[in-house]
Amino acid sequence: MTVDEIIAELRDGMSIGLGGWATRRKPMALVRAIARSSLKDLTVIAGYGGPDVGLLAGTGKIRRLIFSFVTLDHIPLDPHYRAAREKGAFQVWEVDEGMFHWGLRAAAMKLPFLPTRVGIGTDVINQPGFKMITSPYQDEEELVAMPPITPDVALIHAHRSDDRGNILNLSVDPIFDELLVRASERSYVTVEKIVSTAALDMKTNSRFNLVERALISGVAEVPFGAHPTSGSPDYEIDLDHLRLYSKSASSAEQWDDYRSNFINVDEASYLSAVGGPSKVSSLPKPIY
Amino acid sequence: MSNSSHPLSELMITACAEAWRGAGEIMVTGIGPIPRIAAGLAKRTFSPAIQITDGEAWYTSEPLPLGQSHQQPVYEGPANYDRVFSTLWSGKRHAMVTPVQIDRYGQANISVIGDHKKPRTAMLGVRGFPGNSICHPNSFFFPKHNKRVFVEGEVDFVCMAGYNPDRYPGGQMPKGIDLRLIVTELCVLDFGGTHHSIRIRSLHPGVTFDEVQDNTGFSITRPSAPIPTTCIPTPAQLAIISQLDPEEKRIRS
Repeated sequence: MTVDEIIAELRDGMSIGLGGWATRRKPMALVRAIARSSLKDLTVIAGYGGPDVGLLAGTGKIRRLIFSFVTLDHIPLDPHYRAAREKGAFQVWEVDEGMFHWGLRAAAMKLPFLPTRVGIGTDVINQPGFKMITSPYQDEEELVAMPPITPDVALIHAHRSDDRGNILNLSVDPIFDELLVRASERSYVTVEKIVSTAALDMKTNSRFNLVERALISGVAEVPFGAHPTSGSPDYEIDLDHLRLYSKSASSAEQWDDYRSNFINVDEASYLSAVGGPSKVSSLPKPIY
Repeated sequence: MSNSSHPLSELMITACAEAWRGAGEIMVTGIGPIPRIAAGLAKRTFSPAIQITDGEAWYTSEPLPLGQSHQQPVYEGPANYDRVFSTLWSGKRHAMVTPVQIDRYGQANISVIGDHKKPRTAMLGVRGFPGNSICHPNSFFFPKHNKRVFVEGEVDFVCMAGYNPDRYPGGQMPKGIDLRLIVTELCVLDFGGTHHSIRIRSLHPGVTFDEVQDNTGFSITRPSAPIPTTCIPTPAQLAIISQLDPEEKRIRS
């Protein structure tokens, strides 16, 4: 598939789950395509949010956000997210990171809830949508009944696949992309490179295989599709670009400039605007 | 601290490291430069068994210095996201965090200032604070000690559960809740007062009890015995701190 063909599968008002973590392996090519589309009133499900949430908040695509945090990591706060949030531009359902993972797991197991202590004693469970449950065993402990989080569509970015959707994620930490896919009704993946099934060398690489291909509705080859977040080991975070993105929130003019240079363009023009393949491939690994 | 010639950041690092004295084989996470250097100092000195990470997805045998590109560390095993939750839910972790607000109950906030629906200031979001706070020990570091941080009343959005019985079904606090130290630029506090109230544990050199109280939005418990002075770092500790932070990121934090 192409990015545009994936976007054509999306509808106004859908709930869209975004994989990755803050500045790592975010499906940014798809996020930019949503940002320049006519799609509206989306429920964005991004537990571990980064510039994906900021871009969609800044372009007014979000009606409701389900999340634990939004950060650019080295730049602690995303200014586009903040500005929209402080205007009350969208509703939020804010959950603990582990609760988010638990909600995906409940959805993946088709359960009405999973019990947890997480959230007890905090304002998280004072939001609408949470109920308590009493343990049926002798302890009779009061627990939070974490409801399922079921996106209509999951969008993730991975490193390799064949054209049937056998996917390899080569980064050190797979985060929770597998659960996001299992929780979602349908899932679309951008990958750095599509190769033959034999070239995946699945017998050697099986531990990098994210999820069964039966759960993948489509793959698109988009080299550097996670930029400016990292697609490590293929490429690292583009801190300079994240600074530029962050600065674009300083004025309406700068945001317009950013949008016309980096969002309202096709992926080939985007890649060339951010310095081209050789520059992105040689970004230094940031130090934590 | 203005009366002391001792560098404040080093003093705060050694005070923070005390949070993990006697910790045993648990995962330790110090978030931010000073808590992170402190965790490394604890491991290099009195708590060699603690497990610390490279800040990404691996446990390393030795604490990694901040900033500079370091030699390939010796990896002990994976600490990927999924395993972090498995570890923290089991209680085998002690984190030190820097929230934006804390109140008399130890309830802490990093989500929003003002109304949750339309905040005056939107910050990170609750992150993993709710789960951390009821599953394993937590300590705090605050580089600024004032009434905007140590608030009167409750924090604006309770991300981290504390010792407020009104927040629990039947007033029954979860077994895992265990708040330990609070290190600030003025003093070290703990939760050792009546009903876990926040108590002064030591004052940094040159700081008075009244100065701490005047900068705190609630009443601090004063111990009956004379208040100790926070220990000055030893030359050995200072040497390790400079190895762990050769670019002196501790000073700018």
